[in-house]
Amino acid sequence: MIGSDMSVIVKTVVGILLVPVMVFGFYIIVHGHLSPGGGFPGGAVLATLVAMFLVAFGKDKARKLAGREGLFSVAESIGLLMFGLIALVGLSFTFFSNSLANTSYYFGMSVPFGPNPGYLLSGGVVPIMNIAVGLEVAAALTAILVLMFNYPKEEE
Amino acid sequence: MCKMKAVRVLTLLALFALLVFTSTKLHDFGMPSHAAMDDYFIQNGQAETGSNNIVAAILFDYRGLDTLGEASVLFAAASGIFLLFRRFGK
Repeated sequence: MIGSDMSVIVKTVVGILLVPVMVFGFYIIVHGHLSPGGGFPGGAVLATLVAMFLVAFGKDKARKLAGREGLFSVAESIGLLMFGLIALVGLSFTFFSNSLANTSYYFGMSVPFGPNPGYLLSGGVVPIMNIAVGLEVAAALTAILVLMFNYPKEEE
Repeated sequence: MCKMKAVRVLTLLALFALLVFTSTKLHDFGMPSHAAMDDYFIQNGQAETGSNNIVAAILFDYRGLDTLGEASVLFAAASGIFLLFRRFGK
């Protein structure tokens, strides 16, 4: 049933939801240092988007993604490497020290104490690491989905 | 058979009594016994990391090594699935 196409209703709803869900996933990743969320849940939302797309549009569209798993694997590796390299940036103090926070550089704004909306360009390395982890999680889960969806069950 | 049933009921009752006894000894809600670490994060987290979300600050700054392991576990899981679902001869 998964392999075949879904009804027109499902296809239409997924077509409408594609862009809002994508925007929501990117919002959760990018605002990870300001609001609940972060790289892990945001990446999961982006992977859910791919799952919805694959289930609704079935095999013919999924075949187009077959063989592209290597691309997702590369994106996943880049995310994890980025995470480790950003951790190495703070090595002059300790591993994983927040070397960008409260400086005058990018992402270096300091925030006042207490509940406040905050600034997007604050947080030091926290938002950059959120983006790296979001890339890694989204690419890993997407690669798993595409691999399992395209796996040949029997000779057709 | 009847003996086994008695043993099961007694075990269940003992577990129930233990849990009820433990629940009377709990701290009040919002009053943990060891709050020094929480208070430190709440008081200094925003000033030290510039991040308004204290959870994100703990995940990616104070406990960053733990998050590195977590991401590595996901990477290893994806690698294992790549190994499992590879297609031969294509």
